[in-house]
Amino acid sequence: MSLDLIANLAYIVSAIFFIYGLKMLGSPATARKGNGLSAIGMLIAVVAGLTDQGIVSYEYIVIGLIVGALIGSVSARLVEMTSMPEMVALFNGSGGAASLLVGWAALYGGGDAAPVSTFIAVTVILAILIGGVTVTGSLLAYGKLSEKIGSGAIVFTGQRVVNSLLLAGLIGSSVMLAMNPSPDSVWFYSVLGLSLLLGIMAVIPIGGADMPVVISLLNSYSGIAACAAGFAIGNNILIVAGSLVGASGMILTTIMCKAMNRSLSNVLFSGFGAVKQGKAVEGEVKPISVEDAYYILEAAGNVCFVPGYGMAVAQAQHVVKELGELLEKNGCEVTYAIHPVAGRMPGHMNVLLAEADVPYEQLLEMDEINPRIEQVDVAIVIGANDVVNPSARNDPDSPIYGMPIINVDKAKTVFVLKRSMASGFSGVENPLFFNENTRMLFGDAKSSIGGVVSEFGSS
Amino acid sequence: MDIVFLTFILILSIFLGFELISKVPATLHTPLMSGANAISGITLAGAFISAGIANSEMANILGAIAVGMATINVVGGYMVTDRMLAMFKSKTGAKK
Repeated sequence: MSLDLIANLAYIVSAIFFIYGLKMLGSPATARKGNGLSAIGMLIAVVAGLTDQGIVSYEYIVIGLIVGALIGSVSARLVEMTSMPEMVALFNGSGGAASLLVGWAALYGGGDAAPVSTFIAVTVILAILIGGVTVTGSLLAYGKLSEKIGSGAIVFTGQRVVNSLLLAGLIGSSVMLAMNPSPDSVWFYSVLGLSLLLGIMAVIPIGGADMPVVISLLNSYSGIAACAAGFAIGNNILIVAGSLVGASGMILTTIMCKAMNRSLSNVLFSGFGAVKQGKAVEGEVKPISVEDAYYILEAAGNVCFVPGYGMAVAQAQHVVKELGELLEKNGCEVTYAIHPVAGRMPGHMNVLLAEADVPYEQLLEMDEINPRIEQVDVAIVIGANDVVNPSARNDPDSPIYGMPIINVDKAKTVFVLKRSMASGFSGVENPLFFNENTRMLFGDAKSSIGGVVSEFGSS
Repeated sequence: MDIVFLTFILILSIFLGFELISKVPATLHTPLMSGANAISGITLAGAFISAGIANSEMANILGAIAVGMATINVVGGYMVTDRMLAMFKSKTGAKK
């Protein structure tokens, strides 16, 4: 049996591991094992890849492996759970970069230094293009998520024209490169440069609250880039694994878009800030003190926490869990309602609450909590805004009209924890704050909840 | 390798991917994403050939960087996913 055949058989085995791994990631009870399986699949694929007969020297490979493993493991160990979105963005970017580089290297031809065929050239260009967009897009997303650069949407007049020109230039250079594929060609540098630029242009008009869409979309791109690289070098495990990732990323992206009632093109091409404003809301907010909040909570029989990005910023998940436990001891039913796009990446809130040891059975999805929201005595909104804005339901003029929300306004009492009266990320007014049954608990979410917890302790 | 054959694999895998992921609960969206992200580091298996091929020093260097980048993606991605999933506990697990 030839080595090549053995490697390909090993790829089939690793594909099976990937598929089972992804399948097991679908249930909380088996997820960890699933991730382990998929890691084993990766190990098999990597070992098989190392047996390729075209490889004559292993020095570069060993160096790359050691450096990469060090950086990857250290950063995975050190990252704070609250910084998870930007970490995922960075890993994503490095995957995209790898695919870009593999495509680039493929332009130098195979072992026999024969010129690359047009088909290979096309796939190489796709790998460079998608990889390039993934790299700069992810880096920019990282910058926005970690707030190293402003997280707002950047929109300027003529943006569409610039993007169209960029796209036209990219297509033109790609065609030229495909006809005469060479790494020394000026068209190659043009494709490379324009792809990187396109990644930047694609992410700047997208604001912080839309980040869940961008992150999952970039995730999908990194898979597609790997897939294109697989075509470029004729490696089928890259194609299988890459398209699995590409498809899964696409599904997550669609789920995120649905949760915002917006189409993908709407998220990608229109900065949220540019949309028309809804009705201005008038009325008076009713602030509440920590002490009064305690008295209401002490008497409550059913409390539902609704966390948002603000909880992540305030790092309030542990103290929230503490309060939840105290309430449970007090005979109260405690749940956590999580909107699909709360936070900055899909499932962001779930991860934070899991970090604080909240059992996943207590985490409810929007569709589970809404039918029974009327039985909730106190809904505690922590740093969430747009996802609980009733305008989405009843103000057709509102930019977020039609977006499914958690109907906290229908709970008997609503506490809103907020730093100040500034409107949410989207800049949309929230009439919830002015409702008859709403009480505002101003201040840092962590210290406010901490205050309530110590009230429980002292009584 | 045969283009048609590779495309065949591609199409089947895409459908498989859609089937596998479509029923994942929201709780697991982040681990799913970062787990899938780790899989996208599969480029690593392809980067070896670029890094170790005989004909071009430049391809070797590009390949070496690709190996490094993909390894970051793979190792980091799996580890961070595992760290997250280790935190997900069910009610019975959390009470001990």
